[in-house]
Amino acid sequence: MLVLITYDVQTSGAGGAARLRKVSKACQNYGQRVQNSVFECIVDAAQFTALKFELAQLIDEEQDSLRFYRLGNNYKTKVEHMGAKPSLDLEDPLIF
Amino acid sequence: MRKLLNTLYVTQPDTYLALDGDNVLLLKGDEKLGRLPLHNLEAIISFGYTGASPALMGYCADRNIAITFLTQSGRFLARVIGESRGNVVLRKTQYRISDNEEEATKIARNFITGKVYNHKWVLERMTRDYPLRIDVEQFKIVSGQLSDILREVRNSVSMESLRGWEGQAAVYYNRVFDQMILQQKEDFFFHGRSRRPPKDNVNAMLSFAYTLLAKDTAAALETVGLDAYVGFMHQDRPGRASLALDLMEELRGIYADRFVLSLINRKEVTASDFVTKENGAVLMTDEARKTFLKAWQTKKQESITHPYLGEKISWGLVPYVQSLLLARFLRGDLDEYPPFLWK
Repeated sequence: MLVLITYDVQTSGAGGAARLRKVSKACQNYGQRVQNSVFECIVDAAQFTALKFELAQLIDEEQDSLRFYRLGNNYKTKVEHMGAKPSLDLEDPLIF
Repeated sequence: MRKLLNTLYVTQPDTYLALDGDNVLLLKGDEKLGRLPLHNLEAIISFGYTGASPALMGYCADRNIAITFLTQSGRFLARVIGESRGNVVLRKTQYRISDNEEEATKIARNFITGKVYNHKWVLERMTRDYPLRIDVEQFKIVSGQLSDILREVRNSVSMESLRGWEGQAAVYYNRVFDQMILQQKEDFFFHGRSRRPPKDNVNAMLSFAYTLLAKDTAAALETVGLDAYVGFMHQDRPGRASLALDLMEELRGIYADRFVLSLINRKEVTASDFVTKENGAVLMTDEARKTFLKAWQTKKQESITHPYLGEKISWGLVPYVQSLLLARFLRGDLDEYPPFLWK
């Protein structure tokens, strides 16, 4: 399934920048960055649980927020793109 | 059933593959071409003299992602394999059978049965789908001849007679292969198989398709814990994945041949996609190879019902499922290896 992850990490406080970096790294390991703090991840249920767990460890729940949007397996009809930085469909043929 | 993951094809020869976290990075000089999470990948195939970092190779070997290096023209160079998987008892059984001609013949018989049966059905399908464009009568005769061979194959007790019948089946099948090319007849024709090097457009495509299929099959065999290099029918030779070649016999016609034919008949490739070298070798252009790979990957994602398991799987998983069934037979869980019989 495709899961869209967005996050807001408070960088003004102590350790904020480090948290942001860690969250971004963790998301990157599972999916592709489509906008600055927006990731698209193609994961199965187990990987999704692991990812959520990993991210929950990293954030400060008082200040930061994470949102997960589950788009299911037939996500292709649900995603539309406009403008610059077109993303890559990880389930299409990958030829570089 | 396992999900079929994607395959990454790297066709630009100056691309370097590196590992970053759980991603593979595609670097061209200082420029970043792409970044992909590795958990979405099943295999990485690189063409030409691209490099990959040892860290990436280690990561992939550990997680069963097959990395294969091919030359620009698609000839096999190397494959990265990690620690042997599966259990040693299974592999020992495989080696024992491989050394015992009588036992090996029993398995080889099933591979060849699958091959001849599937070739027959490729022809039968043609007579059903295009009765007005081919010589139906001739197809029916050949199909009948293949049925006869099928009986002989079932009763073969020696490897030698098995090879003989296989050769005979190939002769019959190749005789009508040219007729299955329905479009672009003046540029695409089949007057017999030529390889190393392929001498015409069709042979160039067949060779490429067989290389890809052999690579997929070898990776599938390694995944289930078998040794892709120790075959039952193909003789051992250093660097030859004999078991992969054995196992793909039954898939050549229905997988590779039909794929190549459909590219020609749907005019997805044209004469301009090929170049002829001074020595008569015909190669596909880089652009054509990209089209080919794209179509190959799409074909792998098509779903079929597996005739033996009765389960819906994607085409790309067929080599894996057959490897699994072969392993089960070697373990003694099945009385016979069930070839993939397509209809």
